Amino acid sequence: MAELRVPVSAADHIRGGASGKVILVEYGDYECPYCRLAHVQVMQLGQHFGDELTYVFRNFPLTEIHPLAEPAAEAAEFAGAQGQFWAMHDAIYAHQEQLSLPFLLGTARALGLSENNLAAALEAGTYEPKVKQDFLGGVRSGVNGTPTFFINGHRYEGPFDYQHMAAAIQPLRPRL
Amino acid sequence: MGQVLAPGVTAPDFTLRVTPDQTLSLGDLRGRPAILAFYPADWSPVCGDQMAVYNQVLPEFRKYDAEVIGISVDSAWCHQAFAETRHLHFPLLADFEPKGSVARQYGAYRDGDGVCERALFVVDREGIIFWSYRSPIAVNPGADGILDALDRLENQEKGDGRTQSASVGG
Repeated sequence: MAELRVPVSAADHIRGGASGKVILVEYGDYECPYCRLAHVQVMQLGQHFGDELTYVFRNFPLTEIHPLAEPAAEAAEFAGAQGQFWAMHDAIYAHQEQLSLPFLLGTARALGLSENNLAAALEAGTYEPKVKQDFLGGVRSGVNGTPTFFINGHRYEGPFDYQHMAAAIQPLRPRL
Repeated sequence: MGQVLAPGVTAPDFTLRVTPDQTLSLGDLRGRPAILAFYPADWSPVCGDQMAVYNQVLPEFRKYDAEVIGISVDSAWCHQAFAETRHLHFPLLADFEPKGSVARQYGAYRDGDGVCERALFVVDREGIIFWSYRSPIAVNPGADGILDALDRLENQEKGDGRTQSASVGG
């Protein structure tokens, strides 16, 4: 019950080394405070491990308790379709306490994307299938809350602070 | 701490309060697969707790025509407040009086702690337990085991030539 069932593919948003020996997959929710905390830790891991670490973020919005998690996820996908996924992703987590529809639209504008197009995409649910696909893949992999991490396909059960995660990643790096 | 009831056993019927003035019986669900999720308590202090995940996975469960039911020893009033706050769209049953009596029948009661185990059962359309699982009390078992069991149940039903009844409804 602790294996990642959906392999990392071109459909994923990938950060860090594309051919990293260590692949960290996170299932997260943009309105989840624990995910915001984890985001800071993951950024630190990226700085430390550089190209040796490939990081993948997948959507797992718990929309009944986090009503803004779905529009936020769709806004990130909207930005992603235009090569700006991580910019939107980082902006949302950096300003999570301000998360709102106007915030998402304003962030799109700040990234040079069309506010109107984002509003239309949210209205039409253009990116809803992608978000749902992420979510269901997560459910099938036993994701039961956010954030949930998989390191090289195995569920990471430890605390999601930098020290513990780095210690789990360290032994999997290629020998220098 | 005993074993939870195993597959092949008839699921003990029960009638429990689902709201302060309504009851629900397992027999009411006969003809559809039922997912029974025993859990220790309402109000666990995390986002994305077990019931929140099932809430979110409801459309998937319904593709199998399956109904999910949460069961704990909390009272119907407590369940009502919990379900309203978390926007839960499935029934929570109160195994409240006599406390834990249904959980005991399923081998899913923790004596001493006085709460239900985290135990999952998939009951088939005829009321027979098809799959059961007890998770460590601190571990939210998620929904993957349930969905895998529903897949196998559906395949078995197809094998039995009951595809028509399986595909109606939902």
